[in-house]
Amino acid sequence: MSTLSLTSAFSLLLKRDLVLAYRRRSELINPMLFFVLVTAMFPLGIGNDPKLIEAVGPGVVWVAALLASLLSLDSMFRSDFEDGSLEQFMLSAHPVSILVLAKILAHWLVTGLPLFIVAPLLAVLLNIPTSAIPTLMLTLILGTPVLSLIGSVGVALTVGLRRGGVILSLLVLPLYVPVLIFGTDAVKTAIIGIPTTAQISILGAMLVGSLVLAPMATAASLRISLS
Amino acid sequence: MIIRFFHQMGSPRYFYNVAGKLVPWFMVSFLITLVFGLYYGLFVAPPDYQQGESYRIMYIHVPSAWMSMFIYVVMAVSGLISLVWRIKMTEIVVISSATVGASFTFLALATGSLWGKPMWGTWWVWDARLTSELILLFLYLGIIALHSAIEDKRVAARAVSILALVGVVNIPIIHYSVEWWNTLHQPASVTKFDKPSMDMSMLIPLLTMAISFKLYYGAVVLMRARAEIVERERNSRWVQEMVEQEAK
Repeated sequence: MSTLSLTSAFSLLLKRDLVLAYRRRSELINPMLFFVLVTAMFPLGIGNDPKLIEAVGPGVVWVAALLASLLSLDSMFRSDFEDGSLEQFMLSAHPVSILVLAKILAHWLVTGLPLFIVAPLLAVLLNIPTSAIPTLMLTLILGTPVLSLIGSVGVALTVGLRRGGVILSLLVLPLYVPVLIFGTDAVKTAIIGIPTTAQISILGAMLVGSLVLAPMATAASLRISLS
Repeated sequence: MIIRFFHQMGSPRYFYNVAGKLVPWFMVSFLITLVFGLYYGLFVAPPDYQQGESYRIMYIHVPSAWMSMFIYVVMAVSGLISLVWRIKMTEIVVISSATVGASFTFLALATGSLWGKPMWGTWWVWDARLTSELILLFLYLGIIALHSAIEDKRVAARAVSILALVGVVNIPIIHYSVEWWNTLHQPASVTKFDKPSMDMSMLIPLLTMAISFKLYYGAVVLMRARAEIVERERNSRWVQEMVEQEAK
């Protein structure tokens, strides 16, 4: 164990999680399907007026992304907690926060990136003009990792609980508010044709900030949950 | 001297006794300031030249809003202390504060919407301050839910401490993002009311009420902390002796 460098531990863990996810491909599809389904429900609920759909489009895509990310969060540490490998990570010689970061990255690649890929399709469904689609993609690729990072703290706190799901959403959703605001706002601004540098920069700052702080909080929370 | 004080306060038994002596003092001074503040605010202070009599709800609303933020900061600070130094008493302060904080947040929201109906003509607007207060309420509720979901209360207290810290980092970000969102999407004409420089006759009852609410918080936290201590230490000798003596 001590001969393993931190970078190789990181990449091994990342690879392991990706292989595990690939072997359960149906779970890979689920968040993406959920994302599409929730988005498709909105026009059915609010009526098929194109103007109305266009007005709420960016918000709908982002709220659906929020919910899809929330739904998939629970699986981040669940199986590792149940088979005991999470305790082995705690015992390893490497800083837990870095190992946690590998798990978050793997989780995002499996659940966040697919949202990014189907987003253009949803944008077309919701009458978001083509000129704003690059902005939507950009906000999603900056914003969804933030969701996974913030969410990881909540998952780490609730992983030992039998009914953690509802509590998890109560813990995490209020913290998602800034991402939702700036993500939606960037797309709305792009639809009007105004530069979105400010919102994109703030989303980037959130990504950098949570990248530094969230793994530490997650590691501390995991230690508490496993004690 | 100071170190010895903190060392003694870390012992549940000592804290229990000191808190027991402090509660009546807090309670009495709370009642005195409450009666004075309410009487001054509701009868003596002049009506507002624009809002008439209905501004008087401010004497409950503004101190509650202050308390909702103050208590969250207290929770985060004691959460940090209990995570770093593993002091049992600060853990107890964190969890005893959560329900009081949530109540004050709710009170601030409820009185705000009662005031909003005659003033703005609506119970609720998605104003920056209202929205961040609502999110603060959700943060409180999340803390309470997490605490009640974890069986082992010491583990629960530490989990809640982390959550309070994560929340306190996020509150400024949430607040400023809500403000940004608000200024972009809503005309500020209705919701923003410029606070006039306040007259002394209105300021005195307001500050008295603020002090009164702080004293109430102190009393309630100490009472809840005492109950929590007895529950946690129910297997220790001093608690059992105390209960036996009470029973006699």
